[in-house]
Amino acid sequence: MSYIDPHIHMVSRTTDDYQRMAQAGCIAITEPAFWAGFDRSSAQGFFDYFRQLTEYEPRRAAQFGIQHFTWLCINPKEADDPGFAREVISLIPDFLKCGNVLGIGEIGLNKNTKNELIILEEHIALAEQTNQLVLVHTPHLEDKLKGTRKIMDAVAASSIDPGRVLIDHVEEHTVAEVLDRGFWAGMTLYPDTKCTPQRAADIIEMYGTERLWMNSAGDWGISDPLAVPKARLEMKRRGHSPDTVNKVSLENPKQFLSQSPNFRIEGA
Amino acid sequence: MSNTAFTCPQTRTQVINAYFLEHRAKLLDIAAYLDRLDRAKPESDEPDFRDVAFTRCLAVLTDGQPQRARRILELLSDHSTEMPQSADGMKGASGAPQNIVEGGAL
Ligand SMILES: [Zn+2]
Repeated sequence: MSYIDPHIHMVSRTTDDYQRMAQAGCIAITEPAFWAGFDRSSAQGFFDYFRQLTEYEPRRAAQFGIQHFTWLCINPKEADDPGFAREVISLIPDFLKCGNVLGIGEIGLNKNTKNELIILEEHIALAEQTNQLVLVHTPHLEDKLKGTRKIMDAVAASSIDPGRVLIDHVEEHTVAEVLDRGFWAGMTLYPDTKCTPQRAADIIEMYGTERLWMNSAGDWGISDPLAVPKARLEMKRRGHSPDTVNKVSLENPKQFLSQSPNFRIEGA
Repeated sequence: MSNTAFTCPQTRTQVINAYFLEHRAKLLDIAAYLDRLDRAKPESDEPDFRDVAFTRCLAVLTDGQPQRARRILELLSDHSTEMPQSADGMKGASGAPQNIVEGGAL
C-alpha cells in the first residue's frame, strides 16, 4: 500500500500531516517551489525558501520515514516581474547541488502573459543547460487550456525531451494533447478546482496508465494531503487491479523521477 | 479521441449503485443554487458572464453526446491566443471566460 505524492507543498502543512500521510502509506513526496500566498519582497526571501526546501523539510519528513525531494524555481505568479525573477533564477544553480533537488519546477504560466513566458523560457534554458527534469504548473480554470498549449510550445522550442517534462494539473480538456505530444501528465486532486478522485479514475480509464500520475498539490489552500490514498481507494472500489492502482500512484512517479540521478527510493 | 466505450470496469447498474445518491445530492445542489439566484436581486440588467456560461454548460449535460466533462471545460475556457504583456491589474481566474456572452468561447 505504498504510494508517492509527487506534488505537495509541505512547507504549508503541519507535522501531523506527515504523520497521517505516513500512516496512509506515503513513502516519498516531491515538493515544487511555489507561490506563498503573498509576493516576497526580495530575492533573499527565495534564498531562505530554497534552504527550507533543501535542508529543513527533508529532516521533518524523515522523522516519519518519508523521503523528501524538491524542485526549484520562481513560480509563474511572481515571475511577471522579469527583473526580480532573474535575480531569483540566479540563486538556483548553487542549490541544484543539493542532494534532494530533482529539477526545475513548478514553472509555467499563471495569467498567460508575455512576461511570464519570458521567464518560463529562461527556466527552460536553465533546465536545458543543467540537464534537469522539469515540473510544469498549468494555469487555473479558464486560463488552463490556452496556457497549457503555450507552455508545451515553449518546451517544444527547446532541446528538452518531452519525456523529461511533467505537465501538471491536467483535466479532461488538456490531458489528451499533453500525452499525444509525448509529455508526462499529472492529475491534481484538489477539492474545488482541478480533479476529484472520481474524475481522476475516469481519466485513467479513458486515457490509460502510461505517463500519468496523480498528486494532492496540498498547500495553504483548502486541500487534502491524503488525496492520493483516497484516489487509490476510489480505483479499488471500481475494481481496478492492485497493479493498475500501484502503477499510477507509485511505479509511474518512480519511473519519471528516476530520470534524475538524485531520485532513489531507500530500501528499494 | 479514441473510443472510450466500455472503458469503465463497472457495469451501468454498478455505477448507479455506487454513485447515484452522491450525484442526486449534487443535482439538488445545482437546483437550489439556481433557485437562490432567482430569489436574489440583480445588481444590473447585464447578465453575469459566469451565469451565462453556467447555463450553456447545463445544456451539455442533457444533449446526449459523450465527453461532457471535456466539452464543459472547453466551454469554460479562454480561447483567445494573444498574450498581454503583464498581469498587472488583472484579476485572478474566475472560472469562465468573459467572452462566452458573445458566443466566442467555442
Ligand atoms: Zn503546486
